[in-house]
Amino acid sequence: MSKRTDLLLSIADDELILGWRNSEWTGIAPFLEEDVAFSSIAQNEIGHARALYELAAAELGTTADELAFDRKPEEYRCAPLVELRRLEWARTIARHWLYEAADEIRLAALKASDDPEIAGVAAKMDREETYHRMHAEMWIDRLLATDEGHTRLDEAVDELWPYALGVLDDELRPELRARVEERLGRTLPDVEDIPRGVHEVELAELWEEMTSVRRSAPPGSQW
Amino acid sequence: MLDARAPEESAASEPSAVPETGSAGREASRGQRTIYEVFRQERKGQPFQHAGSVAAPDEQFAEIYAREQYGRRQESVALWLVARDAVREIDEFPDEFDLKYRRVDGYSIKARLREARERAGTLDMAPGASDAA
Repeated sequence: MSKRTDLLLSIADDELILGWRNSEWTGIAPFLEEDVAFSSIAQNEIGHARALYELAAAELGTTADELAFDRKPEEYRCAPLVELRRLEWARTIARHWLYEAADEIRLAALKASDDPEIAGVAAKMDREETYHRMHAEMWIDRLLATDEGHTRLDEAVDELWPYALGVLDDELRPELRARVEERLGRTLPDVEDIPRGVHEVELAELWEEMTSVRRSAPPGSQW
Repeated sequence: MLDARAPEESAASEPSAVPETGSAGREASRGQRTIYEVFRQERKGQPFQHAGSVAAPDEQFAEIYAREQYGRRQESVALWLVARDAVREIDEFPDEFDLKYRRVDGYSIKARLREARERAGTLDMAPGASDAA
């Protein structure tokens, strides 16, 4: 597999799995407007995954659906950050914010790519991600505004920080650290990253659910 | 894939005549939220029409929520957000003498108005005069 396909699949898998995780809030988010907004963001992430899978599929001679659903859990290239099942709002927001920050740094690099297809899809994604970032930043403002919110955000960020590092390649990590430290006004601990390619058990559980309908249908079924 | 929730299915898009939004039923969350009325424009040049409302802690959240509820399927080209408190409502109209006869239903005045404007030399000042008729 080419380096290009590997890159496309890494980002596509991040977006698909995070979209899936965020969609777990559909119907049960803290209030209705947030429910609709967060579900919509989840759908956008899955749309981004599809666009990226399509580029990879063209190279591999397969389809986006086959890449999204027909691989084994261990073949996914997503970062463990997006695999975590964190059904608690402060942690969900912390993960959302850390991911969006990392994604912004990654997209900026991709937009400058020599590959016009990759640069193009990155620019398209970034136009939607702008609103995801706005949403995440508003919640961070909100959490930082009270002692309780601040404490809960700090705890969540400390827990998720090694995972957040794992989203990015080595050379992009210092920028993520600088941004997060500046926003939180504190130094983050020096920790080992939890890298891509190692999977949480939660991914296999998610995969079971996510692919169950497709696996139950005869091969070649049309959707 | 995800089940898409149509905006019209969300309880918050009830007409504004209802004083509370539908989300009040799920109101376990703390903190004050303001209700914003949302008006949307379907195509450039068309009038903005009331779409529904969102409850949000501030204007920034209201913007995001309105975008996601009323603009995520290309169903709007623009939105107006107005805090409900900023809307002045008028709902009393004395009708002591049954003024319905003043309506012009069923009576086309367009052509006659045009003739009258021609006579008065004000045709090109008429509203919509620059539009193709």
